[in-house]
Amino acid sequence: MTTTTTTTRRLSPRQRAQRLRWAQYALLVVAAALAIWLADWPAIYKAFLRPDLILAAVTGGLFSALWMTISYTAGAFVLGLVAGTVVALMRLSPVGPYRWIASAYIEFFRGLPAILVFIAFSLIAIPFPGLQMPWEPYGTVWLALGLVATAYMAETIRAGIQAVPKGQVEAARSLGMPAMVASRKIVLPQAFRIVLPPLTNELILLVKDSSLVFVVGVSLTHFDLTKWGRAMANSEANLTPLVVAGFAYLLITLPLSTLVRRMEHSAEKAH
Amino acid sequence: MTDAVVDIRGLNKSFGSLHVLRGIDLTVSTGDVVCVIGPSGSGKSTLLRCVNLLEQPESGTVLVGGVDLTDRDCDIDAARRHIGMVFQQFNLFPHLTVLQNCTVAQVTVAKRSTSEATRIARENLVRVGLEDKVDEYPAKLSGGQQQRVAIARALSMDPNLMLFDEPTSALDPELVGEVLSVMRQLASEGMTMLVVTHEMAFAREVADRVIFMDAGAIVEEGRPAEVLGSPTEARTREFLHRVLEPTKLSTDEFLGDRAAPAGGPAMELPKIDPHGLTP
Repeated sequence: MTTTTTTTRRLSPRQRAQRLRWAQYALLVVAAALAIWLADWPAIYKAFLRPDLILAAVTGGLFSALWMTISYTAGAFVLGLVAGTVVALMRLSPVGPYRWIASAYIEFFRGLPAILVFIAFSLIAIPFPGLQMPWEPYGTVWLALGLVATAYMAETIRAGIQAVPKGQVEAARSLGMPAMVASRKIVLPQAFRIVLPPLTNELILLVKDSSLVFVVGVSLTHFDLTKWGRAMANSEANLTPLVVAGFAYLLITLPLSTLVRRMEHSAEKAH
Repeated sequence: MTDAVVDIRGLNKSFGSLHVLRGIDLTVSTGDVVCVIGPSGSGKSTLLRCVNLLEQPESGTVLVGGVDLTDRDCDIDAARRHIGMVFQQFNLFPHLTVLQNCTVAQVTVAKRSTSEATRIARENLVRVGLEDKVDEYPAKLSGGQQQRVAIARALSMDPNLMLFDEPTSALDPELVGEVLSVMRQLASEGMTMLVVTHEMAFAREVADRVIFMDAGAIVEEGRPAEVLGSPTEARTREFLHRVLEPTKLSTDEFLGDRAAPAGGPAMELPKIDPHGLTP
């Protein structure tokens, strides 16, 4: 007993770390074995991964839904990028009221759940019966999603603008560039380079938020991935279509997050 | 109109409660090279930045080429087109190539055609010896090369006056020479230059006039041989002593009273060997 204690005490830090790592691996193996042994695999397989339903999903509207999700997201992203830049510039404006309006906008739309905005748009025909959005249903979705995206992107872009060193503006102004030209030619190009990774992250968030389309109610041909997966899962009484929809989301988001990592990596190298 | 390119009268500037410029009067004549020297915090950079209004003066007038820049209706952007500025930290535009750095203002502000701007930019890059780097990005260049691009960028706007704000202070020692040689060449071509610098040898050799500033005021000015060779003011002498002979500074010069307690013999201090040769 005494000998064991002394040997334990005499373990070097490296040996102790090694033992801990072995213990962690052992735990993992035990947990995996338990999962394999205890789980009802055929039931899981039948509930989530029925091959016939995977095939039916892929041939029955998956790509249309994928395309809708991409369309909704892309439109909202473009809107958010343009309006977000404007709001960011307003936020940094020397004119007080512009700053206040921009701050109020950002705080308002960042502070409420996006679904609330979608609900508001779904009900907008009640107070304004004649109101007709252009390019329905895209118009409503782009606007609802874009309004929220604008708030987030404005804050990101503002941070990017402020991250451009002051000397850049001074150099531009000392060459005789008016403030607007200096912003457009010198500050904004550098700011967008800085915010490219966080903006791509926001694009990933938008891809997922586009699933809120279900709130405004669109026709079958305009179903996005979530709405489509849910409808099919309901009619088939099986979760496989939802799993397919989930993987379809990953088809969009995984390349994007790889892209972000690459950009961050190359940004590190550039400095 | 006089031949004064720069004419500053009664210039005052404060940052909060810190009064950094106290009634500066300064004229720079066409073709003159004026070097401003002085300890850090003496206001020399602020003075330079007031000449193109990167800092807004509180009172006084700043005339450049006869135009009053402190006039609130003055078109400051138009005025700045004829005032080149070179910064301590270069401030090249990192997203543009060397050539684009030199053309962007020409095209957007001076309304030159791209081909004309490119021709002028190339000429100026030849002047600073960087014609083979036109397509590089600034990050690929050494500090000395970057600063020479910054000079070419300013020259591409055909300035009547060049402002240099400690152009060699951020450079590795072995790169200082190439920037100074470009500046010396510029001076010999007759460019009017106002240079804030710590390079005393450059000031002695190239400047027509040297200005010593301390605590926001011009303490002494004159020909380099006078100001640097036989300064009349005690503060100038002390500054030059510290800058030119840093290894000869004795400890009681900066330790002040602490080194020599009143009434007694000087405190026993460990002998400092500036060359580190004592075994």
